[in-house]
Amino acid sequence: MAAVAPVIAAPKSVSPTVQRFKDALRRHPTAIAGAIVLLLMMLVAIFAAWLGTVDPQALSPIRRLRPISEEHWFGTDMLGRDVYSRVIYGTRVSLTVGLAVALLATTLGLFIGLVTGYLRWLDAVVMRVMDGLMSIPSVLLAIALISLTRASLENVIIAIAIAEVPRVVRLVRSLVLTLREQPYVEAAIASGTRLPAILMRHILPNTLAPLLVQATYIWASAMITEAILSFIGAGTPPNIPSWGNIMAEARSLIQVAPTILLFPGLFLSLTVLSVNLLGDGLRDALDPRLARRI
Amino acid sequence: MEIPPMPPSDVPLLRVQDLKTHFHTRDGVVRAVDGVSFDVMPGETLAVVGESGCGKSVTAMSILRLLPMPPARIAGGRIEFEGRNLLDLSEPDMRKVRGNAISMIFQEPMTSLNPVLTIGRQISEALVLHRGMTEKAALARAAEMLRKVRIPEAERRLAQYPHELSGGMRQRVMIAMALACGPRLLIADEPTSALDVTIQAQILELMHELRDETGASVILITHDLGVVAEIAHRVVVMYAGRKVEEAPIGELFAAPRHPYTRGLLGSMPHLGDSVNETGKRLVEIPGMVPSLKEPAPGCLFAPRCPNATERCSRDAPALEQHAPGHWAACWNPVAAPRRAAATEETA
Repeated sequence: MAAVAPVIAAPKSVSPTVQRFKDALRRHPTAIAGAIVLLLMMLVAIFAAWLGTVDPQALSPIRRLRPISEEHWFGTDMLGRDVYSRVIYGTRVSLTVGLAVALLATTLGLFIGLVTGYLRWLDAVVMRVMDGLMSIPSVLLAIALISLTRASLENVIIAIAIAEVPRVVRLVRSLVLTLREQPYVEAAIASGTRLPAILMRHILPNTLAPLLVQATYIWASAMITEAILSFIGAGTPPNIPSWGNIMAEARSLIQVAPTILLFPGLFLSLTVLSVNLLGDGLRDALDPRLARRI
Repeated sequence: MEIPPMPPSDVPLLRVQDLKTHFHTRDGVVRAVDGVSFDVMPGETLAVVGESGCGKSVTAMSILRLLPMPPARIAGGRIEFEGRNLLDLSEPDMRKVRGNAISMIFQEPMTSLNPVLTIGRQISEALVLHRGMTEKAALARAAEMLRKVRIPEAERRLAQYPHELSGGMRQRVMIAMALACGPRLLIADEPTSALDVTIQAQILELMHELRDETGASVILITHDLGVVAEIAHRVVVMYAGRKVEEAPIGELFAAPRHPYTRGLLGSMPHLGDSVNETGKRLVEIPGMVPSLKEPAPGCLFAPRCPNATERCSRDAPALEQHAPGHWAACWNPVAAPRRAAATEETA
């Protein structure tokens, strides 16, 4: 009897969430494409120094406005700096700003949203402040905030994050308002759980999926806002080669050397597109209702 | 299932006295519970029955003080549990009672468990909270509780999520959660309404066994008199926020005195009765539950009552004792069945 072969192999336990995730990704090849492009961009940002670049700030007055050549893949700008190196190093700035803003805005928004969604007396006050912030265009708000401080990468991140927070707060608050009425929250209260534990253990985990999707959209929009701010000279200081800065300097030379404007613009569009595609894929993968309908 | 005799004791575990729970809404005050009193003895199962909207659940929620205030307000009365008035406790003290000395089972097993937490985590939560157990000890105890509610492969279930369990299984988990801290009083709010009939019977039997095993008192809230007959010792019938009748279980089924109770019993199908037989149709209670906003002077059941007289819509009847432990609030109570009628019933 000892040699009886196992009748039924134990089914490989793949949790339904993981399975749904896989299915959704299979249905959304664009999301995978987005993820790959984004991953490449991140690698570019990390290994910028090893990708055949030179010092992006090195001036070379003799080699001003060179066209595309073997030596300067994207040409040089009006100060003789290598555009390829500047664009590659600019990836660092854009991705850092995007990721940092997404993290900062979602963390801050999550906290405020959780508390306001649960404490009604605080809700009225905080939401009016958020409405006020939302009524100002985010670029304008960021400009105003930066003008109050010194232009630096950190201040740009903080300014854009503050402009994005109200959107996260609105999302989290609306989620909390529905979650707090769930029977399991009532059951948790009935078993004597304290408010902080209810928020952290029962409400917060249920908000994470939609929040992750929102974070990718914030990431994309933060990169664009950063480029806009730099383009109008209210963002990243000019000594840091961000895509917005490169485009701002290239604007006056568009008829002489259009490639200087073209490449950073291309990189920005491609990165924003890939983040958005990834976000769409995540949204469908994490929303069971959408996943079933497709 | 034989209902064991109630343990002899004359000190009630829970004494609800003249409880008034009102909701202050924009259109006025809704008197959801209006002067309800009852006792629960140690080890006793008390059923609270009535149709939807009669204040059963609000009574239960008032005991644990779970109603959102505002709009709810406990306008009067006392809820004495083990000698302490729960309405006087501070919120932190009340939290120590909830899930510990008194716990609750909810109606919807499908949504009463958090979808993103494992079963083990949810059962151990109350243990960590009230018993100060370590996460590991609490999980071991959770496995023990799962075995107690007859869930096979308890250890494996601990790591599973609610969506991996069936409805009956989830209700068992809810019971395990409620009993984890060894409560003296268990409030079950329609524990079987969302389950299908075979699972209902299993869950009722389980509750029955666990009550005898743990000695906990149970308040069973239900609209299903079949469920009541299975496990209750005593029944409180509520109508429109008031108690209209209270009686030991056998007494209530044999000799209901309030016309509303008789109506409820008449609307219950009996095994063996054929629908096609003439004159054996199920009896319904005509009309609707009245609005609880403006207090009517008389008996609230009067508009639907077959025995109503002019006096009923003028004066509210008080509870009167008809037999030992059998109270009813009615001016024209249903006559106690004659012996002939009783024998005819059993024949």
